[in-house]
Amino acid sequence: MRHTISLLVENKFGVLSRIAGLFSGRGYNIESLSVGETIDPQISVMTIVTSGDDQIIEQITKQLNKLIDVIKVVDMTELDHVEREMVLIKVAPRQEDKAEVLRLAEIFRGRVVDSGQKTYTIEVTGDEKKIEAIVELLKPMGIKEFVRTGKIAIAREGIKK
Amino acid sequence: MKMSGAEILIESLKKEGVKHIFGYPGGVVLNIFDSLYDNKEVQLILTRHEQGAVHAADGYARASGKVGVALVTSGPGATNTVTGIATASMDSIPLIVFSGQVSTMLIGNDAFQEADIVGISRPCTKYNYLIKDVKDLSRIVKEAFYLARSGRPGPVLIDLPKDVTVSKAEFTWPEIDIRSYKPTYEGNKWMITQAAHLIAKSKKPVIIAGGGVILSGGSKELRELAEYTEIPVTMTLMGLGSFPGTHTLSLGMLGMHGTYYANKAVQGADLLIAIGMRFDDRVTGKIDAFAPHAKIIHIDIDPTSIRKNVRVDIPIVGDVKRVLTVLNKVLKEEVKEQWGEVRKAWLRQINDWRQERPMTYTHSDEVIKPQFVIEKIYELSKGDAIITTEVGQNQMWTAQFYKFDKPRTLLTSGGLGTMGYGFPAAIGAQFAHPNKLVIDIAGDGSIQMNIQELATAVINKLPVKVAILNNHYLGMVRQWQELFFNERYSYSHLDVVPDFVKVAEAYGAVGFKATKPSEVEPVLKEAFKIKKTVFMDFIIDWKEKVYPMVPAGAAIDQMMFEEQKEKPEKKLKAVK
Ligand SMILES: Cc1ncc(C[n+]2csc(CCOP(=O)(O)OP(=O)(O)O)c2C)c(N)n1
Ligand SMILES: [Mg+2]
Repeated sequence: MRHTISLLVENKFGVLSRIAGLFSGRGYNIESLSVGETIDPQISVMTIVTSGDDQIIEQITKQLNKLIDVIKVVDMTELDHVEREMVLIKVAPRQEDKAEVLRLAEIFRGRVVDSGQKTYTIEVTGDEKKIEAIVELLKPMGIKEFVRTGKIAIAREGIKK
Repeated sequence: MKMSGAEILIESLKKEGVKHIFGYPGGVVLNIFDSLYDNKEVQLILTRHEQGAVHAADGYARASGKVGVALVTSGPGATNTVTGIATASMDSIPLIVFSGQVSTMLIGNDAFQEADIVGISRPCTKYNYLIKDVKDLSRIVKEAFYLARSGRPGPVLIDLPKDVTVSKAEFTWPEIDIRSYKPTYEGNKWMITQAAHLIAKSKKPVIIAGGGVILSGGSKELRELAEYTEIPVTMTLMGLGSFPGTHTLSLGMLGMHGTYYANKAVQGADLLIAIGMRFDDRVTGKIDAFAPHAKIIHIDIDPTSIRKNVRVDIPIVGDVKRVLTVLNKVLKEEVKEQWGEVRKAWLRQINDWRQERPMTYTHSDEVIKPQFVIEKIYELSKGDAIITTEVGQNQMWTAQFYKFDKPRTLLTSGGLGTMGYGFPAAIGAQFAHPNKLVIDIAGDGSIQMNIQELATAVINKLPVKVAILNNHYLGMVRQWQELFFNERYSYSHLDVVPDFVKVAEAYGAVGFKATKPSEVEPVLKEAFKIKKTVFMDFIIDWKEKVYPMVPAGAAIDQMMFEEQKEKPEKKLKAVK
């Protein structure tokens, strides 16, 4: 099963490679990973999407906790939480598809952040399903390039699942 | 008063009570070596290879319970430590390795003798540091010692750029607090009570003791538990010595080369009390067939050890000594069960297994049997020696035939299985215990991996003894080839084995050779009498194998025995 794990870590040199090394060294897979500073600049938050059975996920969270620089590990999948991801999609539609691209962007509450002679760049934010849906719909219109941020997640206020 | 980084380092070592460090010099650590030159309190022992330095520090740590310290130069000096660090890491041994590094402004430039040792050692250290500012030095040293010895111990590496050793700062010795590192020492009381009730109810319990018992100093509490509840104790390789090998409740080692009765007991048990051990594959054999009837209580300081390989009914995270203290108290004051008859039946059953297949070998008057040498070493040392081993058959025979009664008397590379460990480790152990008899039980292959340390032993007048069980083979490899590869002895014959007597003499040590069983005792007696480094070359029966043996991938009660030419299950394939 898929799990979204959120970590608070010391914002120090080498921390990312300790975490990445843990996953590669023990054969766990990382589907996505994102890192950023928190309000406290000495602490970073990482969101890792990984998968495995219960025993593997238990090992992953324990192993992460064991790393000296990791302050806190939360398996978001066990909590009611909000997940978001952002994608930038550069589409090069044929003349007759241009209107459709813009219409799709609007339906998905996307924004055109850049447009040129031949391409539009559309920004969409949402959960995984939404991102995948718009990618599917835009594919026939000619996607030239596309970049995803990886997932970030935050727990909802005070309710446990 | 301001001090240089090198001086701050030595001052910090003094604060930590360090008397011996094992090391090897080179360009970027010359300032540190210069500061050590006229220092009276911290002595550097010059080894002949950096791997030797780290193993010696490791042996020192295992024998003394203190943190071992090594100091090497950058680049090749640092990379030569990796095997030693990984060895310590797998066996949870507290160690600090200081590696020199090129100056901070050169880092990343492929400078002369630059190696990214922090990157290289990351997966085999508990933690590691690159110091960029001399002001952080003393705090980092203090943190490193704390990390190395607390919680589940392990090696910590500190990379010291040359300019940091020259720059000056005030010496401070600050309080440290690592907010993201808080090991759990006290076990959960409710869980411990549950465990006590489970123990009270069980009819066929077995204790499996591992290296964690020794690391936490919990041998007394373990013995109290076993004796009070009348539960037999088997030990992992790392656990040997945690419970007296001569005790009537001792079943010796379990696992791949464990005793028949230990493996039978585990497979027949209704309860396993696993203490400070981590269910390594050499212990469990085929995991799905391991202890099929048993509930499992698992006590370990490292949460990741629990439920990693086997299902656990009662997990208790905590320090072994403290958990056992509480468990014993609960058993005596709250549970107050009398076992009497129930236990008698179980112990009788185990005794039957013990009678059925005791730990023996075929004696000979013509050729020296390796087991005989080890029995003689045990007898003549009165069981009161520190034994180190190399890796291979020599290691397993030692585990099987030497009775370890006290903790920290067997120093062996269990997790990594490092050939070349035993001799430098014996040197380290002799520094920790100058008056003890220290013996490396070696193979002819392994001893050649760090044989240069003869110089270190001789120059320091160390009375370390090395008993080479010489079979002219990489014996354990040969054994697998014989049993599982149709006797195709691919590159396991050591055609040229040096004359170990001459090698010893060339270094200024003493060498003896024995080719007949009758010579074994006189050689050992003479060697133990001499207060010098001694190599003993025992030419043993090269055909001898380690039995019993559980083929890789089989359940641990599917054992092969000496007389049994046929494999128990012919289709078993060797999986290493
Ligand atoms: C550094 C290292 N390389 C390779 C091995 C694989 N290995 C395990 S036992 C063994 C043979 C050891 O030979 P020897 O020291 O003569 O011991 P014996 O088995 O003959 O007693 C080998 C090569 C190892 N454990 N360590
Ligand atoms: Mg050999």
